[in-house]
Amino acid sequence: MANDVWVVVEHESGQPKKISLELLGRAGQLALALGGKAVAFVPGRDVSAVARALGPYGADIVYTAQDPLLEPYTADAQTQVVGEALRKEQPTLVLIGSTAQGRDYAPRLAARLGAAIVTDCASLEVDNSSLVATRPMYTRKAIGTVMYASEGIRIAVVLPAVYPVPQADPKRTAEVRAMRIPLDAKQIRTKVHEVQAIKRETVPLTEADVIVSGGRGLRGPENFALLDALAKALGAAVGSSRPPVDSGWVPHDYEIGQTGKTVSPQVYLACGISGAPQHLAGMSGSKHIVAINKDPNAPIFQLADLGIVGDLFEILPKLTEAVKKAKGGNRD
Amino acid sequence: MNIVVCVKQVPDTEAPIRIKPDGSGIDEMGLNLVMNYYDEHATEAGLRLKEQFGGTVTLIAAGPERTKEALRTGLAMGADEAMLITGPGLEQSDHLGMARVLAAAIKALPHDLVICGKLSTDDNASIVGPALAELLGLPQATAIAHLEVDASATTALVHREVEGGVEILEVPLPALLTVERSLNEPRYPSLPGIMKAKRKEIKTSTSTDQKVAASSRLTKLVPPPKRQAGRVIEADADKAVAEIVAFLKNDAKVL
Repeated sequence: MANDVWVVVEHESGQPKKISLELLGRAGQLALALGGKAVAFVPGRDVSAVARALGPYGADIVYTAQDPLLEPYTADAQTQVVGEALRKEQPTLVLIGSTAQGRDYAPRLAARLGAAIVTDCASLEVDNSSLVATRPMYTRKAIGTVMYASEGIRIAVVLPAVYPVPQADPKRTAEVRAMRIPLDAKQIRTKVHEVQAIKRETVPLTEADVIVSGGRGLRGPENFALLDALAKALGAAVGSSRPPVDSGWVPHDYEIGQTGKTVSPQVYLACGISGAPQHLAGMSGSKHIVAINKDPNAPIFQLADLGIVGDLFEILPKLTEAVKKAKGGNRD
Repeated sequence: MNIVVCVKQVPDTEAPIRIKPDGSGIDEMGLNLVMNYYDEHATEAGLRLKEQFGGTVTLIAAGPERTKEALRTGLAMGADEAMLITGPGLEQSDHLGMARVLAAAIKALPHDLVICGKLSTDDNASIVGPALAELLGLPQATAIAHLEVDASATTALVHREVEGGVEILEVPLPALLTVERSLNEPRYPSLPGIMKAKRKEIKTSTSTDQKVAASSRLTKLVPPPKRQAGRVIEADADKAVAEIVAFLKNDAKVL
């Protein structure tokens, strides 16, 4: 309905992804302000388990759209199904996660519907019944405020980790409604050969609350093992600045910065990273920053909440042990 | 193979920007404006396919007159033609409006592939590419890090980085691709290339799109919140570890 706020839910192995729960929490608050309902829309092959999981996180209504052609994900199938659902129900606002999928189909969807779209939203507010977003621009050298026009469907592609995952209320249930949206194999022009998983024992960068990141100061690829060990102890992801990528120590998907990923975790632990503007563009939105560097003049210390001038090769193994101990202690 | 590459002119990312005192945008005085570097990768991808299959690489941009400089960079790299669309409405246009203007122009050109950068480093919006694919009725592959076109030039096999893996996707041509930095290493313009680009005529047309009325608009631009430097301490390993663990527990609350 006209004042509802939708979330298009991404899921994996029968579970909603963290970003979708973050958006559902925000959708509940915005729906309240706009006088509508928080609606989760779940496209996929078999999404009954995912649909059941969403009520406790704040969905008032869950729409499912099940079709084997929706998996694996393709822009063609996703745009068709989400687009038809939106045309039918005409919500005022649609939240989509800024993920590989979201960034791929959301602009296409907006073009199809003629809907207003704002990407990379770092906040989304209702201000005097207008909808206003803020977003990093100019490689994070500026923050822009963008106002949506008031007519029609509005799409917001929201960055991960800007809103918390709401506390689940196990007693809360949502009404689940199946939507039938015709999808023809001929409408899907691209063909996914495979999705090769990158085998890594640590959490994906975009889903991590804690990121342990390494720079030129690590001196070589073998020393990234120090970060892996710490990340495993912390339940963190591992990233890097640009020099380790350019030197071939780690693959391109590690890179955080202007030419890589933008992250905003609870904690960013920068190890042997000097803090070039190109790197800061990707991580200065982190809630807490800890830096270890042997150079007391490293620019990273100008924005770190805690800066350690010291030898990371001595500190990291001991830190890993201390974290293991602290985590073990919590369990008792 | 007929390849169209979309180009945008943006402030050089290496230089600082000045935000206008009224927050309405950035001050362009003395600003070094360059071709968006993802578009250099897009141009390089087009040139390599032309070398492999023959055909032409046509650059297209929508923007003010000064955008011609960015187009000349691409011509100097080796592109065959360049087109600029100007128009009084473009400045008020949002990204969908821009995609509409580009789509109208590209429809009139033969195109087996349309290639864009995955984003432009000014707005960082990454909207125009997929929106353009929709408006042209083309299949898409975004943020590609690897590209192979089969010998008969009927399909492209691309790699896209997705969360936790790499998606290997087959896309039938004609198609629209947006490219990641790791796709290739853009060539430097050669001296003869630069000379030739200077003399090359850039076709200019005026957009008469009446529907550019924006569905969203930038109302304010401010510098990012300044982070206060915290405590910086020189410490041996034991003290450093104690400090970090205390911070993770008490301040960040992740332990």
